Amino acid sequence: MRVTRAWLTRGIAVQLFPCPWCGPRPEAEFHYGGDAGRQRPGRAVSDAQWAQYLHFRINRRGAAAELWLHSAGCGRWLELRRDTVTHAVIDSRPMTP
Amino acid sequence: MSGPQRTTQGGNAIDRSRPQAFSFDGEPLQGYAGDTLASALLANGVRLVGRSFKYHRPRGIVSAGSEEPNAVLDLRHGERHDPNARATLEWLADGMQLRSIHANGTPQRDRLGYLDRLARFIPAAFYYKTFMWPRWMWYEHAIRNLAGLGRLDPTARAPVVPRSHLQTDLCVVGAGPAGIAAAQAAARRGARVLLIDARTAIGGSLLYRAAQIEGLAAPQWLAEVTRTLPALGVDVRLRTMALGLYDHNRLLLLQRCDPTAADRVGEHLLEVRAGRIVLATGAVERPLLFAGNDRPGVMLADAALEYLGRYGVRCGSRAVIATGNDSAYALAHALREAGADCTVVDSRATSAEADCARGAGIDVRLDTRVVGSTGALHVTGARLDSGVTLEADLLAVAGGWTPLIHLYCHARGKPRWNDHIGALVPDREVDGLHVVGAANGALGLAQAWQQGSLAGGGSGEAPQLTGSVGDFWGGAPDLTHAGSAGRVWVDLQNDVTSKDVELAVRENFAAVEHLKRYTTLGMATDQGKTSNVNGLALLAAGTGRDIGAVGVTTFRPPFVPVSMAAVAGRELGELQSPVRRLPAEDEHRKERAYFCDYGNLLRPAWYGPDEAVIAAECRAARESAVVLDASPLGKIDVIGPQAAALLDFIFYTRMSTLAPGRLRYGLALAESGAIWDDGVVLRLAPEHFVVSCSSSHVAAMTAHLDEWREDHFDLRQVFVHDTTAHWATMAVSGPQARNVLAALELGFDLDDAQLPHMSATQGRFMGGPARIARVSFTGERSYEISVPAGLAGALWRRIREAGALPLGVEALGVLRAEKGFIFVGQDTDSETMPQDIGMDGPRLKRSDAYVGDRSLFMPAASKAGRRQLVGIAATTVYPLPVGAHAVTTRDSRMRSIGFITSSYSSVALQRPIALALIEDGMRRMGDELEFEHMGSRLRGTVVPACQLDPTGARLNA
Repeated sequence: MRVTRAWLTRGIAVQLFPCPWCGPRPEAEFHYGGDAGRQRPGRAVSDAQWAQYLHFRINRRGAAAELWLHSAGCGRWLELRRDTVTHAVIDSRPMTP
Repeated sequence: MSGPQRTTQGGNAIDRSRPQAFSFDGEPLQGYAGDTLASALLANGVRLVGRSFKYHRPRGIVSAGSEEPNAVLDLRHGERHDPNARATLEWLADGMQLRSIHANGTPQRDRLGYLDRLARFIPAAFYYKTFMWPRWMWYEHAIRNLAGLGRLDPTARAPVVPRSHLQTDLCVVGAGPAGIAAAQAAARRGARVLLIDARTAIGGSLLYRAAQIEGLAAPQWLAEVTRTLPALGVDVRLRTMALGLYDHNRLLLLQRCDPTAADRVGEHLLEVRAGRIVLATGAVERPLLFAGNDRPGVMLADAALEYLGRYGVRCGSRAVIATGNDSAYALAHALREAGADCTVVDSRATSAEADCARGAGIDVRLDTRVVGSTGALHVTGARLDSGVTLEADLLAVAGGWTPLIHLYCHARGKPRWNDHIGALVPDREVDGLHVVGAANGALGLAQAWQQGSLAGGGSGEAPQLTGSVGDFWGGAPDLTHAGSAGRVWVDLQNDVTSKDVELAVRENFAAVEHLKRYTTLGMATDQGKTSNVNGLALLAAGTGRDIGAVGVTTFRPPFVPVSMAAVAGRELGELQSPVRRLPAEDEHRKERAYFCDYGNLLRPAWYGPDEAVIAAECRAARESAVVLDASPLGKIDVIGPQAAALLDFIFYTRMSTLAPGRLRYGLALAESGAIWDDGVVLRLAPEHFVVSCSSSHVAAMTAHLDEWREDHFDLRQVFVHDTTAHWATMAVSGPQARNVLAALELGFDLDDAQLPHMSATQGRFMGGPARIARVSFTGERSYEISVPAGLAGALWRRIREAGALPLGVEALGVLRAEKGFIFVGQDTDSETMPQDIGMDGPRLKRSDAYVGDRSLFMPAASKAGRRQLVGIAATTVYPLPVGAHAVTTRDSRMRSIGFITSSYSSVALQRPIALALIEDGMRRMGDELEFEHMGSRLRGTVVPACQLDPTGARLNA
């Protein structure tokens, strides 16, 4: 029996995320896509700058902007602002305005 | 003295007209409908229900609720088997067979009872210190047999627990006075209210404690409210407990059925999303700390009162009630009324309740404490600090109240110490959550009502109330005799004594989380509901700190133990992980296909009785013609003016230079530069591409394309659409493939000049469109034919009639390995870059941006010693084991230089073949390597990954 993340989280930590297209939906329908607002550097950057882009995450304590894919819903990407301490949702918007 | 027994009348929870026969350890007994297992056992005079976890001490029923540490039983009822049934939370039904679970023999004569006499040699942490040498595993089996609770019956069938979802404006947990006040107030304001309670009736403590409300006695008032609440629109769910409170006001509730009901359905899990939540979960009583406080017959005073009022069970005929607050006096009056003798031992110097009790003729000893109990298998007396020993068959203890703040803590609430009631109470507010009544430290009826009413949006004005004043119910843990001679039990379920706490402090496990893990205090299935606060008080005293400064361990869900079956619900087997099926599955079954699960896809592994047929399938592919059902191969449409630009960015290989009607193999990289997927891209038209990625990667590739599309491109200029399930694809391959295609009459020109390798064209099949692509994963001349999924079976049959033999996924694995074609993730790992599999071209030529580009120029990407893909020509009879390491030996130290990733018996080459990732593998061509596998040494020669037909002549044969 395969145990998927969605199955594990269904019974446990289910936050309610507002999808800009579908409305409030349980967390298990979404797939995390990392920090929002990261700029992809061009090829000319130094090794250190590329490594920074590749490996370092903001991992902010408090209000954080994240990308989520509504994979079990409309299939669209969204940007979600969320408090990582209290899990309070601040707002969400389409990834591309 | 007669011990516990049923009174001739009374008990508002039981129906004396419906007797229920059951057995305990084989002895037939009788209770009534409405009894819990615990009340039924007490009613039959059963004092000893089992032995303790570690020392095999005799133990009896202590409480009447979720806090019960001792009364855990093996329960069988029809098909049901629960090896750890909680006697205070399960209801009795006819035919139930109960057994005590932790005695070797019977609870009366436990062959392991001697362990108790060794107790001073096996204190807390004894195991950690003793069974380390030489290793814990040597002892584990024997020790696990000595300890532990019920045994699971492997043949028992777990029932399916249904799950439903509810949404409500307000969910009130606990239908005591505070909860009722909240539900009433909210419902009167028009809110949708869900009110839940673990008992079989609403009322909480009002079900067994006297009070006057709105001019009515509690029973009459409750009858009235039971009638009016549903009329107000309140959804009342009884026999329901909250297991956990999660993010964004989500509650998990477990509802249990009445097992005596004809249509009993077992458990039911409810997921509730509530606008607001009111926690009116009440408080549980704490035991007192004195020597021998674990003896059967020592019981919480509130529980004894509940057994009398709810179940008509008098827990003793000669009771000593030890208390330090006013709450226990109600028990003295009630027991006396039920005909029992009763002495109250109150540690305080004065109390108005004491005067009142004396007025009623009850023996009250003020400024006196119990220092110990006497008896063997049950209590026979209470020793007082005045030197007197009082005869007793019930020693009721009232050590103060512990608010049930677990759910508040699940919501990340932090408790603080309240000196007035001597307990931890909720501190800061949590959004959307109100804790009211005894759970909030408001032990009195009026205050509880007020808090509940305000939380429900009401005025907070209490109706006319008398009874359960609560002003003098509080009291901190009394440690006066916690250190006395003999053993003073703190955690009954895990057998932790006050001396164990002292030991932990002495050994500097003085932080509250360390204490818990070192002594196991509070860790058992009751989660220390009766023991935590006493443990904290002892820790505070031992370390010279205020109890408020000691801190508290974290409460986590579930509040009470819950079966895995209830959590899993119907999500079992195929419903948990639905397998995807091929549209032509029926045809494959007719061909005796053996199906396997490939990345959640059910596909034919081979066609025939056993895997011996794989060799024949391989031979057919090389000598005649075969057909593979390749329907799961990705077919993601990328359409629009910027489609070529998007694919250039996604793929390592440029796709914009592809001519319409042509196909190209490409790698897609991760930003780390590692190979993430491979596939074939078809350019159908200048602005229409079809990405044919790995079968198991379709969803991820679609998301990947869409993510970069949204990030880098104009959304109106390029679209991504997964059409994989719309098309069925059959791949015809082999030297005779062209003849098969000719017989299909798909209406296109088969001439190689018109349709060369890596090109595509359109045809017709049974009136629908057909897409034909010349692309090969076997190294033979191949045609992939895609038709609408509904025509899959028809196409399969036509191809078979035209002479192609069926090919399973396993044979395909061999054929592609002979050609050195990789399976991404099997023949590559998270460090494999394109140059490691011999595809350095785009890296050196492309200057435009693509995913992973910069990573290919990091120092690590070009340093010596990278693992590169090579073939291995084995000199063994059998294939080398996948995972075997190639090793070099220097100074008798072995070092791995890589490993086998795929390995098969090649029919075409008549020897074993393998693919491997080997350090600097390209420079080792021709070298003989030594492989180490679980102690044995094997040999193989490094050869190019493509071991068959390196010039590709067979593609056009």
